[in-house]
Amino acid sequence: MVLCNVLFPDCTCMGEEIWLDSRTVYIGHKEPPPGAEAYIPQRYPDNRIVSSKYTSWNFIPKNLFEQFRRIANFYFLAIFLVQLIIDTPTSPVTSGLPLFFVITVTAIKQGYEDWLRHKADCSINECPVDVVQQGKVVRTQSHKLRVGDIVMVREDETFPCDLILLSSSRHDGTCYVTTASLDGESSHKTYYAVQDTVAFRTEREVDSLHATIECEQPQPDLYKFVGRINIYKDREEPLARPLGAENLLLRGATLKNTQHIYAVAVYTGMETKMALNYQSKSQKRSAVENSFNLRLKDTVLTASVKNHLLSNSTSLVCLPFLLQVIRAFTDFLAFMVLFNYIIPVSMYVTVEMQKFLGSYFITWDEEMFDEELGEGALVNTSDLNEELGQVEYVFTDKTGTLTENNMEFIECCVDGNVYIPHAICNGQILSAASSIDMIDSSPGGYRREHEDLFFRALCLCHTVQVKEEETVDGIKRGIHQGRPTSFYISSSPDEVALVEGMKRLGYTYLRLKDNYMEILNKDDEIERFELLHVLNFDSVRRRMSVIVRSSSGECLLFCKGADSSIFPRVVSGKVEQVKARVEQNAVEGLRTLCVAYRRLSESEYKEARRHLNEAQLALQDREQRLAQAYDTIEKDFVLLGATAVEDRLQEKAADTIESLHKAGMKVWVLTGDKMETAAATCYASKLFRRSTQILELTKKRTEEQSLHDVLFELSRTVLRQRSISGLSVDCLDFGLIIDGATLSAILKSKQEGAGPGNYREIFLEIGRNCSAVLCCRMAPLQKAQIVKLIKASKEHPITLAIGDGANDVSMILEAHVGIGIMGKEGRQAARNSDYAIPKFKHLKKMLLVHGHYYYIRIAELVQYFFYKNVCFIFPQFLYQFFCGFSQQPLYDTAYLTLYNISFTSLPILLYSLVEQHITTERLKRDPSLYKDIAKNSLLRWPVFIYWTCLGVFDAVVFFFGAYFLFDNTTFTSNGQMFGNWTFGTLVFTVLVFTVTLKLALDTHHWTWINHFVIWGSLLFYVIFSLLWGGIIWPFLNYQRMYYVFMQMLSSGPAWLSIILLITVSLLPDVIKKVLCRAVCPTATERAQSTRPCLTVEPSTIFMLSQSSSRMSF
Amino acid sequence: MMASSYNAKDEDGHITVTGPGGGAVLRSKKPENTAFKQQRLPAWQPILTAGTVLPAFFIIGLLFIPIGIGLFVTSNNIKEFEIDYTGADTSSPCFNCSQNFSWNSTSPCTCTVPFYLEQPYESNVYVYYGLSNFYQNHRRYVKSRDDSQLNGNLKSLREPSKECEPYAYHNNKPIAPCGAIANSMFNDTLELFYNDPNGTSVKILLGTTGIAWWTDKHVKFGNPGGVDSNLSAVFQGTTKPLNWRRPVYELDSDQSNNGFVNEDFIVWMRTAALPTFRKLYRIIGKSSQMVPTLPRGNYTLEVVYNYPVRSFEGRKRMILSTISWMGGKNPFLGIAYITVGSVCFFLGVVLLVIHHKCGNRNNGAEISN
Repeated sequence: MVLCNVLFPDCTCMGEEIWLDSRTVYIGHKEPPPGAEAYIPQRYPDNRIVSSKYTSWNFIPKNLFEQFRRIANFYFLAIFLVQLIIDTPTSPVTSGLPLFFVITVTAIKQGYEDWLRHKADCSINECPVDVVQQGKVVRTQSHKLRVGDIVMVREDETFPCDLILLSSSRHDGTCYVTTASLDGESSHKTYYAVQDTVAFRTEREVDSLHATIECEQPQPDLYKFVGRINIYKDREEPLARPLGAENLLLRGATLKNTQHIYAVAVYTGMETKMALNYQSKSQKRSAVENSFNLRLKDTVLTASVKNHLLSNSTSLVCLPFLLQVIRAFTDFLAFMVLFNYIIPVSMYVTVEMQKFLGSYFITWDEEMFDEELGEGALVNTSDLNEELGQVEYVFTDKTGTLTENNMEFIECCVDGNVYIPHAICNGQILSAASSIDMIDSSPGGYRREHEDLFFRALCLCHTVQVKEEETVDGIKRGIHQGRPTSFYISSSPDEVALVEGMKRLGYTYLRLKDNYMEILNKDDEIERFELLHVLNFDSVRRRMSVIVRSSSGECLLFCKGADSSIFPRVVSGKVEQVKARVEQNAVEGLRTLCVAYRRLSESEYKEARRHLNEAQLALQDREQRLAQAYDTIEKDFVLLGATAVEDRLQEKAADTIESLHKAGMKVWVLTGDKMETAAATCYASKLFRRSTQILELTKKRTEEQSLHDVLFELSRTVLRQRSISGLSVDCLDFGLIIDGATLSAILKSKQEGAGPGNYREIFLEIGRNCSAVLCCRMAPLQKAQIVKLIKASKEHPITLAIGDGANDVSMILEAHVGIGIMGKEGRQAARNSDYAIPKFKHLKKMLLVHGHYYYIRIAELVQYFFYKNVCFIFPQFLYQFFCGFSQQPLYDTAYLTLYNISFTSLPILLYSLVEQHITTERLKRDPSLYKDIAKNSLLRWPVFIYWTCLGVFDAVVFFFGAYFLFDNTTFTSNGQMFGNWTFGTLVFTVLVFTVTLKLALDTHHWTWINHFVIWGSLLFYVIFSLLWGGIIWPFLNYQRMYYVFMQMLSSGPAWLSIILLITVSLLPDVIKKVLCRAVCPTATERAQSTRPCLTVEPSTIFMLSQSSSRMSF
Repeated sequence: MMASSYNAKDEDGHITVTGPGGGAVLRSKKPENTAFKQQRLPAWQPILTAGTVLPAFFIIGLLFIPIGIGLFVTSNNIKEFEIDYTGADTSSPCFNCSQNFSWNSTSPCTCTVPFYLEQPYESNVYVYYGLSNFYQNHRRYVKSRDDSQLNGNLKSLREPSKECEPYAYHNNKPIAPCGAIANSMFNDTLELFYNDPNGTSVKILLGTTGIAWWTDKHVKFGNPGGVDSNLSAVFQGTTKPLNWRRPVYELDSDQSNNGFVNEDFIVWMRTAALPTFRKLYRIIGKSSQMVPTLPRGNYTLEVVYNYPVRSFEGRKRMILSTISWMGGKNPFLGIAYITVGSVCFFLGVVLLVIHHKCGNRNNGAEISN
């Protein structure tokens, strides 16, 4: 694949359309008979899987290279090199040490992960496989497999590479496979051998097989494969048979219920479909991260401007020009080194740590644990934690997400007669005959015939497999012990529900045996039908069919599918009655399917078979040709009836949707279901309320009026409403219903360059003004298109997509935040998502609580980091005006190095992990609080400017406070003078205390850890300073800090000024907080102040003593 | 209907799809129910509202204003006298000395500056010399020293650290003490005479000890070879800094104040924070309870003018100051305290008003809700 990508860079994107290249595989490495084709041995990679990135010798250079490709790391490396090369104010250690630390930790982590990968690769590559060589089974290691080898796989073994099934121990040449490890679908799927190779059942026979396989070059789509097998039989023309995805056994899947199979390797090693699917998803970046990267650039810019100003003022006049330039340049670099602390390495580390550790709170959350599934929430990317607090649009799938995807057969109707399976409460099923409740009892031959056909159709037209108890292993969960019963297994829960419903109505589907389907009918007789063809379900056709031959030799085509795909093809039957019933059921929120049949005459059948075979044999455009063939066969139906299956709403789905609405999010439901069903679900889940005015943008409407008129009318309605009720908040809300056809019309209009009024814009305008939007009849890709459309609209809202099935993956990948539900339709959505949750209701806590917290935390973290470094560096900058612009550091090297690493790092890290400005309960109870943080409100320019101003103000207070204190006077009682290091230490002490106390003021949630960390790090600073100045440090070539700290503390005025300066620097922030809260409190602040209303008195008093003691610390 | 059919289904014994990963993964992944993991640690949740912060403001106000007044009064009681003897303008008695300065003149230039103290100085009087526009905090200057040499390390005495460059070696001999700081040591000699009203001029005794930090003198600085070694022998093979007139072991006749532990030297080696600075030069000890240390009257300052400052537009001053518990004269701290205290008090009042208004409004809003 890698190779393929290099050679044909467009082969992945154009994939199916262009037949680029095919490979020819010689089964058993045998040459084809002369004359067939030139034997060109092709070279394929061996079956070695390499998922590791490094080898032992390239680890260090490659890893270092990768790490320094990050801009931040490179920047710090540059600073470090500058420090090494030129004479700079601080020693290279100060920036080298943290950088070294970060690089080493990352390298160790990546190295360890790679080592694990190596180990995993090794164990995979060395696991034994059985290969047929010279008619014998030889055991070899997996990585020695070559393309063309014939492999024997036993039951419960995993396929070592992508194989084409030749024969199996079952004499029909089928085998059962579970792809649980590939896509999470644990159901057993059936794979088929080509009928012409089924007979080769022993090693010897298989070895004598003389055939070649032509197939496409590997591509990552798990469900697509096109190929052809040419079987040579003594001097005859080779026999060509089509190969499809149903013949291809994928690496990673496991063989089930089949003793052994023989298969030939077609794709090996890194070319297997599983390996091709390894490729990592493109990384999503959070908006917060983007905004702080922007700030970073900003600060670098201002820092360099500062540098420039300063270095210009230092360059001396009398030097010759060239020397002056060099001097100015080195000065510039020196200033750069001095001011580089404003962007500390530690910020990156802290942010990463916060995200990584913080995401554990999601996985640890007990409330998001689902007992039934036995699983809690999963975090696949921790980069997007804070994005959860910024969501404006929620796109949700319906089936399996809003609803349980736990199908229940409710009723069926044959020609308008309704049948409801009855069951008695204690689980005893009534005998088959009496279980049919006939509402309209007007027996007659015609009716009788249709009834029979209808039940048989439902029993035959499906892809359900039957698993008998004794053959099923590991699936039973102890519920059905000792009952000789059978399971129905299918990838579609609807089918199982239908087949089970039929069973309750007296028609039991027994098994598929030797291509004969067996049914136990109402009279306990076994009927056998020969299965001729299965026209598989696909989401475009939205129907499936089977062609069977009854025991009487009659050819029948049974079709079931969505009403919209069946009715246009119906020629007779009681269409009106059925349609009415279907619509009624749909309104009740049931999933309906229509059933129809067609009698095929022998000639018609032959014609159909020819079409199908032709299409199946095609190497090119097979999909398209199959679709065409299906289209020609599935027509002229006789309508039999309809079924209704209920998909119940997930628990608390309505509550969740309501909360999301209150939180100011727009919820869009995107579903493939039909409009009525989907709308019913929407009403049930309170997405639409009774008061909601529904705007329809459906095909039905656009047929009556032109799309243009409808759009403009709707937008006028919406806008008028808004202008009228501009002031009143609780105006009528709108719900929009749009279907797939109309959507594609709207999207298409852009390409035609629609002149006046872009349809897209109008649609977006309408969508934005609706509180809820329902998009029905959506193809998976259309779901992604909608997300993309909203993402690209001019406000660039943050979108969230939530879904459970494979059809939601594209939408999940497209949205800013993708959430997967660990649903019943496999785990593909969960695997591709950024977060996975067991149930839809967990979304509420995820967004309203976790998202809110994460956003608050990261916002404070980022702002605070800038603030504390402005406080740190700005005095340094001011000092340059008083030291002849000589880049003299104000603080000691140890302080410079440790400020961000230890004195001020832990409190903010802890804050960013445990801060809860409002209690969890409150957040859940009052979703509207979410609006307070919407649109990145805590990281906007005004806030950032406020923090920067605060930082500059504090820095000015520190510096000039100390300056005036030191100005030409002494402040010891013995007349002795202090030097520059005492000056710096005084500033630094005030700095550390102010910055930490500022965080203390911002903390709303004081757990014992907060107390420990905040007071602990202040204490640590004091102890460190005492120790650092307390002894003459050996091995250090300067002792500038010796006794400086103690001397400073021995002076009364120093204490007084420290207290004064801390008070002054904290004052503006306190005043701002208090004033904002008193004058124009936000909803959050109101929520905070109403909380302690029960215990106002004691807490206030406690507060007072605390705050006053803090003030005079 | 629904419930019954659901039951029936269960009993029927059909499940459609097995759980994730088949039956193999049955171990419980249920998260632990600890307060930390569930983010339910007990916490104190303070909020800054007008009501809660108000008293703090008043307390700060009430505390700071008296402290400020105290500081201000103390500072005002401190007497300080400052005289500039740079000799920059022609009328100055030191003008000649400052003009005719040369590094290698053997005969020192002396000038006399008369001054008048209007108030008597009680208690101890501290004599400072002050320099202006002297960047002792220049980076290259600050680092140009060898602490190990100054600590008495013999090896560093012979091989000064390269930080001292270009003041590390002279004529292939190591300089002791090395570096730019030591090289530029202040070497004016200041002497004070009290001109008695009866005409006699009394020399005032200037104490040379106690001007450096105790820890500096006893720990950080040390002569090579221990306390009682023969300094001139120890310093054999080194050379004096270029600008010095005497080698380091001849700084003082008192052995305990000589060499690297000479207090004038130690004081100089503690680099000042700002370009205008003062350093403690001498201490005039209080002689008796009855007589002020420096009575009011005429004085003469005799300067042996060795230290050139005109090349960098510098200024030299001599300062006499008394000291209180809070150090020298510095009205800044007192004023700052009074200001901050008043501001806090004022804000307290403002907040009180706001609290009353908004508190009422909020309550009203809640009731209306």
